[in-house]
Parts: sequence; C-alpha cells; structure tokens
Amino acid sequence: MLRWLIGGGREPQGLAEKSSVQTIGEEQIQNPYTELLVLKGHQDIVRFLVQIDDCRFASAGDDGIIFLWNAQTGEKLCELHGHTHKITAIAPFSSSDGTEEKTDLIITASADRTVIVWDCTSGRQVQKVSCFHSTVKCLTFLQRLNVWLSGGSDLCVWNRKLDLLCKTSHLTDADISALVELPKNCVAAAVGKELIIFRLSASNNGSEGWNVLEVKRLVDHQDNISSLVSVNDLTFVTGSHVGELIIWDALDWTKQASECNFWDSSVHPDVQPEIKLSQSPNETSVQHLTSDEECVFAAVGKGIYVYNLQMKRVIACQRTAHDSSVLHIEKLPNRQLISCSEDGSVRIWELREKQQLPAEPVPTGFFNMWGFGRANKQANQAAKKMQENTPVYFLELVGDLIGHSSAVQMFLYFGELGLATCSADHLIILWKDGERESSLRSLALFKKLAQNGDLQLK
Amino acid sequence: MISAPDVVAFTREEELEDDLYREPPLPEEYSVPLFPFAGQGANPWAKVAGSKFTRDFILISEFSEQVGPQPLLTIPDDAKVSGTFDLNYFSLRIMSVDYQASFVGHPPGSAYPKLNFVEDSKVVLGDSKEGAFAYVHHLTLYDLEARGFVRPFCMAYISADEHKIMQQFQELSAEFSKASECLKTGNRKAFANELEKKLKDLDYTRTVLHNETEQQKKANDKGYYTTQAIEKANELASVEKSIIEHQDLLRQIRSYPYRKLKESEFHPYEPECALDRADVGGDQDLTASDPTEPGETHLYTHMPSYTPKLIKAKSAKCFDKKLKTLKELCDVYFFTQTLDQLHHIERTFRGDVCYLLTEQISRALLKQQSVTNFLFEDVSFLDEKPPEKQYRGCQGLGQDAVDEKCLEESLAPKVVISLGSYKSSVECVPIKMEQEMEDSEEPKMSESMMSEHQENLDYLDADIKGSISSGESIEVLGTEKSGSGLTKSESQASLPVIPSPQAGRSKVGSRRTVSEDSIEVLSTCPSESLIPEDFKASYPSAINEEPYVDDNEGGLRFTPRLNPGVDDGQDDVSKQESLVQVDAACCIGKESPNFLEPLPELGQKPCEEDGVVRIPPQPYRPAEQGLRGGFPSHDGLSGGLLPYELDSRYLTGSREVSKSSLDECSDSTSYISSAASTCSDRTPSPAHLACAAGERHRKRAGQNALRFIRQYPFAHPAIYSLLSGRTLVVLGEDEAMVKKLVTALSIFVPNCGVYAKPVKHWVTSPLHLVDFQKWKLIGLQRTVSPAGVNVLHALSRYSRYLSILDADSKTLRCPLYKGTVVARLADHRTQIKRGSTYYMHVQTILTQLCSKAFLFTFCHHLHLPISEREPEESVVNRRINFLKLQLGLANEDIKIVQYLAELLKLHYIQEPGQGGIPLLRFDYVPSFLYKI
Repeated sequence: MLRWLIGGGREPQGLAEKSSVQTIGEEQIQNPYTELLVLKGHQDIVRFLVQIDDCRFASAGDDGIIFLWNAQTGEKLCELHGHTHKITAIAPFSSSDGTEEKTDLIITASADRTVIVWDCTSGRQVQKVSCFHSTVKCLTFLQRLNVWLSGGSDLCVWNRKLDLLCKTSHLTDADISALVELPKNCVAAAVGKELIIFRLSASNNGSEGWNVLEVKRLVDHQDNISSLVSVNDLTFVTGSHVGELIIWDALDWTKQASECNFWDSSVHPDVQPEIKLSQSPNETSVQHLTSDEECVFAAVGKGIYVYNLQMKRVIACQRTAHDSSVLHIEKLPNRQLISCSEDGSVRIWELREKQQLPAEPVPTGFFNMWGFGRANKQANQAAKKMQENTPVYFLELVGDLIGHSSAVQMFLYFGELGLATCSADHLIILWKDGERESSLRSLALFKKLAQNGDLQLK
Repeated sequence: MISAPDVVAFTREEELEDDLYREPPLPEEYSVPLFPFAGQGANPWAKVAGSKFTRDFILISEFSEQVGPQPLLTIPDDAKVSGTFDLNYFSLRIMSVDYQASFVGHPPGSAYPKLNFVEDSKVVLGDSKEGAFAYVHHLTLYDLEARGFVRPFCMAYISADEHKIMQQFQELSAEFSKASECLKTGNRKAFANELEKKLKDLDYTRTVLHNETEQQKKANDKGYYTTQAIEKANELASVEKSIIEHQDLLRQIRSYPYRKLKESEFHPYEPECALDRADVGGDQDLTASDPTEPGETHLYTHMPSYTPKLIKAKSAKCFDKKLKTLKELCDVYFFTQTLDQLHHIERTFRGDVCYLLTEQISRALLKQQSVTNFLFEDVSFLDEKPPEKQYRGCQGLGQDAVDEKCLEESLAPKVVISLGSYKSSVECVPIKMEQEMEDSEEPKMSESMMSEHQENLDYLDADIKGSISSGESIEVLGTEKSGSGLTKSESQASLPVIPSPQAGRSKVGSRRTVSEDSIEVLSTCPSESLIPEDFKASYPSAINEEPYVDDNEGGLRFTPRLNPGVDDGQDDVSKQESLVQVDAACCIGKESPNFLEPLPELGQKPCEEDGVVRIPPQPYRPAEQGLRGGFPSHDGLSGGLLPYELDSRYLTGSREVSKSSLDECSDSTSYISSAASTCSDRTPSPAHLACAAGERHRKRAGQNALRFIRQYPFAHPAIYSLLSGRTLVVLGEDEAMVKKLVTALSIFVPNCGVYAKPVKHWVTSPLHLVDFQKWKLIGLQRTVSPAGVNVLHALSRYSRYLSILDADSKTLRCPLYKGTVVARLADHRTQIKRGSTYYMHVQTILTQLCSKAFLFTFCHHLHLPISEREPEESVVNRRINFLKLQLGLANEDIKIVQYLAELLKLHYIQEPGQGGIPLLRFDYVPSFLYKI
C-alpha cells in the first residue's frame, strides 16, 4: 500500500511518543487559514519579510530583488532592483521630518557591500552607500537617537540622510551578526562568541560629532551567538549555537539567568546545567528568539521552548516541533505561537495550561517540565501552591500550514489580514482566513453592484 | 399549386389560440416547439411533402440577360445534395419574384444614366410541387458591360421545411445580408475599377481622335468639312459624352454611402488598399466629389497600372459576348469571403428547426446569464454577436433608441391599446387588400402610434413606398417590418393577453385563399430598401429620381402591431412588483410567509397538466427584454424562478419528478435518433460552427462520465470534490486511461473564469501548490522510477488540498460526501444511454446549482448585517438557514454552493482588464479511502 494512501488517516498522536514529530490530522478547527495566495516573483530563496505599514510588506532574498506586496490582495506593488548580490539585511523605517508627510522607506544591505534606501511609495532608490569594506549583516535604526547602525566587520553610525557619523575600528575576530538597542545610548552587538556593548555619544564640540565606544565585552557564551533580542528595557536575551540561552540585564550587562540544558531530555531539571553538549550543534542551536513580557520563546533545533522570565525556567516545550530545524518563531497576541521550519511547514501552537490531576500517571518523560512543579503563571503566589493544583503549560498544535516545498525562512503575521510566509522555493504564500475573505468579497460585490447601478430596480 | 400540406399546418391552431387567451402562457424560453400535426397522429419527424433533395442547401442564381434565369452554384457544392431537384426550374421561380426596382439607364428628364442603389429584397416562397421552401435574397450587382449596368442575382436558402424558413427568417435575413453586403462591396470596388479603366480608354481615344481631327483640319484648308471629318467630329463628341457619362457613373458608385459592416470577424477590406493609396493620389481629383467618405473613396482608387486601349466607336453589347462571372464581378477576395459566409450559413441552419430553435433559445438565455454562465458553460461562442443584433444594426433606424424610449416611457401611464384593436389589425386583414380597407385601417393605426412613434412611421412609410413591384400572383402575407414590430411582443409571451405572434402569423396564413400560382410569397422584407437619412440628404438625385411602382396596387399590406412600449411597460411593472416581493423575502428569510408561495403573475406552472406545452418556441430576441444589464436580467429570471427554487416542498417533490422525466428524456432522445433516419436531414445538426467540435467533445465526455458513474461506486465523492473546488488528481500508469477519466470528469469542473477549464489532462512531473491553484482536475502519471517517488511524495505532502483517484488500483481518497445533489447528478442506475443526453442532464442540474449559487451570492443580507449593531453570528446563522432551508441543501451540498458562490463573487468583482491573482481555498477535513 502506498504511503500517501495511509497518510491521511492519522490521528493526532498526542505527546506520548518520544522524539517523533507531533502531527495534527486534517481536521483543524482552530486553524483559520483556509485560503491562500501564492505570490510569485523571486528567483531565489526568499529570506526576509518586513512589514512596511498596515497592508504592505517587502520581501527580499538571494536574488537581490526587493518586492513590495499588498498584504490584502497579494498584488505586487513594486520591484526594487539595485543590488547585484543577495540581500543580507533589511529594515523599514518611516521618515516623518517635522511637518512633512510621512514617507515609508526601507533600507537594505547586500552582499555586494552596498546599502540602499528605497522609497516604498515610488519604488525609487533614495540613497545608495557603497563604501563598505565588508558585507553589512545587520541594520538597526535607533529611534531615540535618530541614527542608523550598520554592522559588519565594524559598526557604523549613520544619520538619517545616510552620512557616516562615526565608526568603530575593525573587528578582527568576527563580524557583527546581530545588533540590539539598549538603554543609555548603548547597543549590544553579537560578534562571534562575544557580546560587545558599545556606547554612542555625541561629542561635545558639535552636534554632528558622534562617537562610538566599546564599553564591555561579555564572553559567557561557549559558541557563536546566533540570536539576540531585546525583551524589554531592562532585559535582553541571547542564544548561541550550542543551545545556551542567557538573560542579560540591559542596564549593567550582567547575566540574570541562563539556561543551557533544555535540549537534553535525559537531564533531570534539578541537576544543574553544566552538562556539555552531546548533540550536534544543529539540533541544539538557538535559531531564533522571540519574547513577550512574560516569556522568551526559543526555537532550538527542531523544538520550541518557552522560558518564563520570572520563574527563570522553561515552562513548556515541544521538543520536536518540526521535522527539521525551526527557523523562525513568533508569538501572537492570542497566546498562539507560530513556527516555521526547514521542513517547509508552518505550525500554529497554543500555549495552554492544564490542571494536573494528582492521580494521573506520569508520562514517560517527554516533558521534563513535570519537574517544574511550582511553575505558575502568577508568580507572586506560585511557591505556595500545592503541586496538585498548579497549572502545567504545554504547547498544543492547533494547525499546520503546508504549502511550501522547501524551507520556510520567515513569516510575517499581519493580524487579520493573514500570514505571509517566504521560502527557499522562491515563493511567498499569503495565508488568509477564508471566512473573512469571503465576506470581504461579498462586501466588494455589493459595492460594485451599487456602483454599477445594478441594485436599482428597473 | 398549393397542395394540402401547405395549408394543413395551420388548421389546428385556432383552438390553441383560444386556449392561449385563457391560460396564462409560460415564459417562452421554457416552452418546447409545438408540433402542429400532433392531433393527426402523424410521425412528427416524417417528411411533410416529399422533396427531391436530401438536405438544405443554398443556391445562387442569376437572371442572365443572355439565357435567362440560371443556377450558378450551390452550397454545399455537391450534386448529391440537390439530388433530382430541378435547379433550373427553381431558379426560374425564384428569379421571377424579384422585387427589386432595378431600373437603370436614362430616366426621363435626366441627361445621364443613373445608378440605382437598390437595396436587397428578401422574400420567402414555397413551391409545393417541388416540396421546397426558400428564403430568397435578391441583390443587384453592377457590370459595365451588362444591360443597364446591372446584373440581378439571388441567393436562396432552400429547405423542405417551411417552418424553418419562416421561423428563422430574421436570422437567415441577417446572415444573407452579410453575404450580400460582402458581394456588393466587392462589386462596387470592381465596378469602380472597371469604370476607371474605361475612362482611361475613353480619354486615350479622345486624344487619338482629337489628334486625327486636328490633322485633318490642317490637311484640309478648303473651308468645308469632309464627311470624314464630320464623322470624326461626331465620334469625338460621342466619346466626350461618354466620358462625362462614365465620370458621372464613377462619381455615383464612389459616393455610395458605405455602410460599415458591423461584424468584427468580417473584414472585407484588403489591407494593401491603404498602401496603394499614395500611388493613386493623382486620381483623387476624380473622386474628390465626396471628401466625407474617405474610407469608401480609397477603396475604389486602388488600381494597377493600366495601359489604355483605343475604343471602337460602337462597342456593341452583343449576346455573343461572354458576361463576367460572379467571381470577376466581385473581386476574388470578396467572392471567397462571401462563399465562406454562405458556408457558414449552411452549417448554421443545418438540421431540424426544433433543434435550431432550442439551440438559439438556450444560447440566448445563456448569454443573458452574464453573471453565472461562465461556471459550467463554454461561453466562448457567446462572444459572437447574435444575428438579431446584427440585423438591427443594419437597419437605418436605431432600434435601440426606440427600445430605450419604450423603457423610459414604460413607467408613465399611457393609453393601452385594447386587444380588440390589436386583433383587428392583425386578423381581419384579408390578403387581397382592397384600397378602402387600407385607408380605413391606416389612420386608426397611426393615431395610436402617432405621438411617440412618429419617426417610426416615417420609417415605415419609406418602407411601403420601397421598391416593391409585384404582380397579382404574388401574395405578400406579412412584411418584414411587421415582423420586426412583432418582436416586441414576442418576448412578452409570458403576458397572457399577448397571443403568440407565431400563431398570429400562422393564422393569417390559414385564411389565405388558394392561389392559382404554385409560387406563393409568404413574406417579404423590403426593409433594406430603406434609405438612410444622411444618404438621402447628400445624394438626392440618385434616390429621389428612382421611379416607384404604384404602392397601392401591389396588394402589399402593412400590418402594424401593438405598440410595443405599452406591453413593455406593463411587463416591467409586474416584474418590478414581483422583484420587490422577492427581494424583501430574501432578506427576511424564512420568516416571510409569502416567500414560499408562488407569485401569482409569474409563478405559472412550467407545463400544463397533461404535459402539453401550449406555446411554440419563438426565436429569442434578447434585446427586447425589459430589464437590462447583467444583474437586472438575472433579477428578472430569478424573479420567475424563485418560487420554485425556494419552495422546499417543491424541491423534495421534484426529485422524483426529475428522475422520471429524466427517463422519459432518455427515451425520447433515443427515439429521436431512430426517427432521425427517416428525416430529411440525415446530417447531424451542429447548430453552430464553433460548437461542432465542442459537440463531439461533449458527447464523448458525457459517454465517459456515464461509464465512470456506473463503474465506480465512489463516483459521488469524486464529483463532490470537483464541485467543491478540491483538486482531483487522477493517478495512473496508462495515459489513455487517465485521459479518458479526466475527460469524463471534466464536465463537472466549474470554470474559474472565462478562460479555459481548469483541467490538465496529463502531467508527469511532481505537483506543486501552484498547480492546485491553476487546475482543479489533473491527470498524473504514476511511474516506478525515482522520479515517480517524488511525484507520490508531493501528493502525500499536499494531500489536504487533493482528492486522489487511483485509476490503477481503483481507489479514491477524498473527503466524505453525504449530500443529495451529486446523487441526482450521477445516479449509477440512470437509464440514460447516450453521452449527449447525459451531458444535458448534467448541465441541467449544474444550472440549478448555479441559480442557487447566484441567489446565495446576491442576497445582500446573507452576507452583510442588516443593521450596524447586528452581530456577525446572526448573519452567519441567516446564511446557514438560507442554504439549508431555502435552498434545500444538505450537508456537503452547502459547500458546493458556497464554492460556486465564491467563484461568482470573484468573477463579478474582478476588473475586466486584470486577471487577478488566483487563490486556493481549502478546508481542513479528513479524507477517507474508498475502494471498489
């Protein structure tokens, strides 16, 4: 019998089976995405999606072309040609110079060692800078200081008009792979295994004189830092290739907490985390981090882990959330989590809490969160609760989106407009709520009827 | 001699007509041709009178000035077709009823010969001896060498079926007008060329003669002229005169108001004309007489280099001279165009008249359903302009304007002409008209029409005065004008007070006296003789001096019809009323009690108790519909349909009915097929050229589909998949087998747009998501090679978007179906035997689905809240209730209608210019594996 013939009949498999990917059947009541639009245009891997405004987004990838799309209709708005190599970083910003009307710009960096600023409305190239010694790998706009930062083999500071204000000396060991803004005019840059804190300061002798100083080097990571995100003004998080997750204080740059064993199922949670990696780095690498006020969500290898900042521990995880590495995760406002993976699928998870019944037999240990007996959402009362009554969190798969035939690099959540995913198969897919689209079409239909005057009785 | 069968056709209709007044007739579009011989127990498909030809054909004849009437060619050009039919005899017949006032020459009081731009005449005549009835289209071509410069021709569509000629008169007239127009265009061009050559000859001759005269003058200084010199001078003078005459002729032919041929695919222009124009610029002074017609002018100025010849003093028109052939007269290009057009006519009107009418009606109805017709129908042929439209376009008067006016006026209260007066004008008109009767009728009629249709009367007046010359032996029973006046009321057959015009016409026929002559002209159409106003103004001499035969003598009786505007108005009002009701009911949903009740005016039963349909079909005239535009026309339609469609009792009851009628249907079809062999038209009757291939395809698809539903017990879920927009993949090793299955299933696939069906017959590469957007039915190759593994992998990956029919292992993997629609659509115990029948059955049910989808889509409150504060849930509830209770849909059937509705929405809101991004809709539903 053919495999595909049996495939459909599978029931949701629950959490029992260790290391096998959780699957969901074809019945996905909670999955709102019942309509899709395939956006074609790119000729190579699409790696980046950025939102420009409420209904527009830009996509960029290895073909060096940037496309602007309408997120509602899927219409291609613009094609921006200018880069000759693949795009390495993209960031949107809107310039509202005083009373002038707001213009949406995006800034892109490419492997051709150029950075270009584009006008999203006209599709024109506003500015192009090509004085870089190496590829710019990250771009950040500091709203507070009104400057641009570009990170490559050095850190450059630009003003809004893309005049170079100052730059650091050449970083010999590695390039800057990620930048995050910290309070007090500081930025954290991930350079290889190190985390370097720079401080920007306007020099005294003039308003245009800027200075950038290296303040501190943090060398707590054992391997290259693969992701760096800011949680709030007081905290930021880094993740490394070997699965270390470190929570930093953003003010004094000290380590608040760290977690580096959550990939290992054999480790008892009480045993403290000095155990070294026995798994291949790919499977433990922290690919992507995202956070809300309570939790940090980490895409580690094939799994997804939820780390509670207050409890300082992993409260829920899905060890094998995908068949292959998870590349991007994002937290939705409605307690849902979306992840996309190299296996070409996008999955929607929901963080649920389950009232644990004491009589319930302990499962075979897929979740080591059984150990987090005192885990509780309300941290202030957490410790005093009886273990039987403590809520237990788990990630439930509520839906999956299968469309791409290759790794899904990234996605962009547009709220009720839907979800845009981009992939190595050169496609972007807009996933939409079919019900909503249907009623929108009805609305458009009756609007057009009224326009045509067909509603009048003749 | 008129034999009995000619008359008998009308004998029973008097009773029927009475019934018509009593019983409200059903809308004409649902009626089935009335068989006039039903009471006599005759085989309806038997020959009425034994004709000597096997099938309809077109004959072109000429009244040759040398040998008299002679047949030139037949279409199809096959001796078998005409058989033993005497073409020569028939040519004589049809050429002897030429109504054209083809007087050319020196009219009294005119210095120069005048060309008459005679319009074609169209008559219907029957020759009962030969068992032939013909639509005859007379036309005149110009030939410089012919007597009076004219050569009378005629084209005749000859059929054994009188009804066909009568009922298809408009269509035939329109089509033949096109052919005639093409011939005449070519002829004008050729004639102009000929004239120019002749002028050059004359010019050259004049020069030569002039030189000779001068020489003689010089040589002769005696002071008197020799006879030779006088002769030369006379000759010169006659050449001069001839030049002036010919120039005048050339001016006339060039100034002929060129009527643009309306049809788009019909381009009788030669593109190189424009290029050559510069070369002949020097000749423009000759043609400068009419600068307002540049298009026409340059058409005739195309001339190759020509060496003038000396013309003999008297170029006698002798009988031994060979006259030009038709091809030479009309320029090869135009001649072949005309032949193409005639072949097209032959193909179009081939077959039984019932078939033609049904086809026309369904096409017209389909065309009207501009919102839904793309779903399951092949709408490509709808782009073609209907002949009626074309015809109307040809006529000088803007009928549309009149219609518009009628519509505008319809709302205003107006005097309704009583049925009595209507009857008096129709029925009481004896054929052999007496002068005083005409006088008494005329004012009566005009009074009623005077106010709003003054211009119409002018038009008619011109008509009557037209170029009608007829002898006593010819009876004109109705003019084309009256026919086109009729069309107003024809579409209003649903109104009980209006009798079927066909019946009216036939009635007239039944009352006519037996004529001595075996030829009877049943109808004539001199409307083409109408001269456009602009032409009249600018070229009065050419027209006004045309002598008219005495109008009153010919026995032509124009019988005007009821003012169309009035019934339009009535109908509109009643339709509006029903519409309002329906609309309100839709919105309120099932709470409205009158929703389920058939509307009194419009909800007549589609057929009588005994199953006899009372109204013969009428050729459909879409433009006469009171409602215009895409949506309103549907409104009108749904207004009529609604009571049935929404009555759940009716729906449940109709299931049985439809089943039984289905069986009858299949029976009668097979009966037709067996009976068809006895029919004169043995050829299959593809009513439309473009349909011929489609017809075959349909037949085959229908046959395959029948086989599929009998062979596969899981046909229902498979068809459901297609109808609900889930891509069905037919997987198999054998290409032929897969393609066959795909063909079979393709008839169930709704179109996503006006472009081709989303069906891919054969794919060998792995499928991708984009494919499911594009195609809804795919034939996929199964191979054992590594590539085949990829193919299967892709299938398993995208299984949620797919239903997979494995043709090799005879399994189907797809969602469950528990509805009822597909069961009716594909009953494996069906008695239908023939593919085309089954295809029609499928179309019927799909059309029902379409109308449901249409209702669902266009009911405002099913999709949008009534008030601002209404929660979304109540709208959803209303929607579900509507689908379940009003449309009577169960379970998965809802999804079918929802999908179709979605397609309708997309189609409607899509801007015509842009294609729109195709979207894929899908559901998260579990699939099941079906096995045989």
